[in-house]
Amino acid sequence: MANTAHLEAQATGHDHASHDHHTPTGWRRWVYSTNHKDIGIMYLVFSIIAGVIGGLLSGAMRLELQEPGIQIFHGLAAMAYGLEGDSAIDAGKHMFNVFVSAHALIMVFFTVMPATMGGFANYFAPLMIGAPDTAFPRINNIAFWLLPPALLLTVLSMFFEGPSGMLGFGGGWTAYPPLATSGHPGPSTDFVIFSLHVAGVSSILGAINLITTILNMRAPGMTLHKMPLFAWSVLVTAFLLLLALPVLAGAITMMLTDRNFGTTFFNPEGGGDPILYQHLFWFFGHPEVYIMILPGFGIISHIVATFSRKPVFGYMAMAYAMVAIGFVGFVVWAHHMYTTGLSLDVQRYFVAATMVIAVPTGVKIFSWIATMWGGSITFRTPMLWAIGFIFLFTVGGVTGVVLANAGADRALHDTYYVVAHFHYVLSLGAVFSIFAGWYYWFPKMFGYMYSEFLGKLHFWVMFVGVNLIFFPQHFLGLAGMPRRYVDYPDAFALWNRVSSIGYYITFVALVIFFYATWEAVRKKRLAGDNPWGDGATTLEWTLSSPPPFHQFTTLPKIDSKDAH
Amino acid sequence: MADLSTNLDTPDQAKRNKRMASSLGLVAVGMVGLAFASVPLYQLFCQVTGFGGTPQIAAENPKGVIAREMKVRFDVNVDKRLPWTVKAAAPITDQIGKVDTVNYIATNNSDKPVTGVATFNVVPDKAGIYFNKIECFCFTEQTLQPGESVEMPIVFFVDPDLDENHELATIKEITLSYTFYASDSEGS
Repeated sequence: MANTAHLEAQATGHDHASHDHHTPTGWRRWVYSTNHKDIGIMYLVFSIIAGVIGGLLSGAMRLELQEPGIQIFHGLAAMAYGLEGDSAIDAGKHMFNVFVSAHALIMVFFTVMPATMGGFANYFAPLMIGAPDTAFPRINNIAFWLLPPALLLTVLSMFFEGPSGMLGFGGGWTAYPPLATSGHPGPSTDFVIFSLHVAGVSSILGAINLITTILNMRAPGMTLHKMPLFAWSVLVTAFLLLLALPVLAGAITMMLTDRNFGTTFFNPEGGGDPILYQHLFWFFGHPEVYIMILPGFGIISHIVATFSRKPVFGYMAMAYAMVAIGFVGFVVWAHHMYTTGLSLDVQRYFVAATMVIAVPTGVKIFSWIATMWGGSITFRTPMLWAIGFIFLFTVGGVTGVVLANAGADRALHDTYYVVAHFHYVLSLGAVFSIFAGWYYWFPKMFGYMYSEFLGKLHFWVMFVGVNLIFFPQHFLGLAGMPRRYVDYPDAFALWNRVSSIGYYITFVALVIFFYATWEAVRKKRLAGDNPWGDGATTLEWTLSSPPPFHQFTTLPKIDSKDAH
Repeated sequence: MADLSTNLDTPDQAKRNKRMASSLGLVAVGMVGLAFASVPLYQLFCQVTGFGGTPQIAAENPKGVIAREMKVRFDVNVDKRLPWTVKAAAPITDQIGKVDTVNYIATNNSDKPVTGVATFNVVPDKAGIYFNKIECFCFTEQTLQPGESVEMPIVFFVDPDLDENHELATIKEITLSYTFYASDSEGS
């Protein structure tokens, strides 16, 4: 089935002869693109750009927190506002919070989501289910092109007035009122709200497109129960997006009218309640964290199976564990709100429901390990990232179970323990799954092999770096260091310094990543259709690398013995 | 140009895709609607369950008086845009179930008539469902003439069922708090 005849032509950068439509070239190919693979690549590039911006913002934060006292932000504020002395320090404190907020928004909405649900899902979900493209290619194009303006709005928010006399929105990605309403009279908050509106529309359109594709356009014989796990993860995630994002859109619309048109949804003065915003936000926000991690679960399943040369252990349990996580993810939101005065019975429910999520998640961790068990494992670069993911995600999951306890959360709420927890599952978990997918599918997407040495070097340097950043933050949180502050007492100095050193190491790892990508493209080592051997059984490996502009002109037939 | 890849896209397939996309679109719209519907639903939920320390409204106390005593403290905050001073009532300790009357005293410090309105709740939040007000100035807007000072009565009782709630077994004090705002209808 592999189309080796076209390999040479594609490897030199040309699309193979288009037998059905003329193939667009130059900028039209990208800007007008309705091709799911090209759009996938654009999402990945967008995600990398946004990731660099978000990463640099966190760099400024780590520089600041390297030592007690205010190191750089009063200087930055002095440059930005032309202030001096105490007023520069005050503006610097706000600017730190602006960086925190923008870092979070950019990483969540413009780095992780575009990489997983934009890039990999668009590129590989149709290939894996044997579809010629997504169901609505033009909607796909719109969904992508909504993202750059959305990112621009978030970046612009940093340069408009927030609190009077200061620039930018400093209310965190959660944007709780009243800080986000009466605390930020300037327009910066409105920029953030519009940005989330646009990004939300983009994600909802993408979700509708992917659900329709997966439910309606599978190849003959590809039943849902034979569908690869990555396609399952995309399906579940798309449903989460469809159900959760409109609630965020509603909540921030209410905030927008509260801010600008005199409504009082979240304003007690007119009978509203700011706590209602928190309920609405977290009804979206908790599914959102599963939106960020579920596609990673799918990617990791394929990589572990491929490099263990075994079908994934417990396929059905793996698929339905994701469905279960999706369902339960909608009924645990108030575990983010233990300190808002919920009654003990309500807290008991949310503690129990939250801990229940550890069960399907545990099923997944167990099944990955059971897949490796007795397998013929090769430790290629994607496999290292996958194993790194399993380790780091498990660490983050365990601290999550700690935080699920309302009693413990009293002490740990809004401390660095929480910061460490969610960076272990997202910054390390989700990001490691993205890099795992990047190295796993790099030869398929670009036709070239990356350097195994550089890929492994990237992994090891990054693994050391991120652990050095975030593990000490557990200690800081347990010792009581609150998050979102520009300064801290001397007692927290040691582990903050270690954490900052970890950032520099991670920075080096990202330089290695860019060099490895550049090196692979420059050296042009042809990858072939399937560089991973017998373990790689999904349909994308039956195509050339990169796949033809239009694939599956004859739909693949899946017979009953085919593995997933 | 129909870039929809495919000679494989039969009209039937396209129709099925469109039908599914429209229903999924409706789901998204429905979820936005649900977000807005949550506003009145949440308010109703708070009133019915006393969630978030929302006190109840009653006509009288049908359940009698029990021996356990409860101290009720009164608190007040005034929004800076409302030119009033409001003095809270003194704390009162009485048997649970007794109907008591206390007075807040509000003074308009400005030289114009000003209308104010108050929001209120009790802590602990869990006590909201047991805190019943028979009469309260907070049920209506109040207009004070320039320099005028008025007594604002609250007639309330604590429901004896409170005694059966384990979460409130150790509670000896309930605080009723009011926040006064300038009313929109008058301006300030």
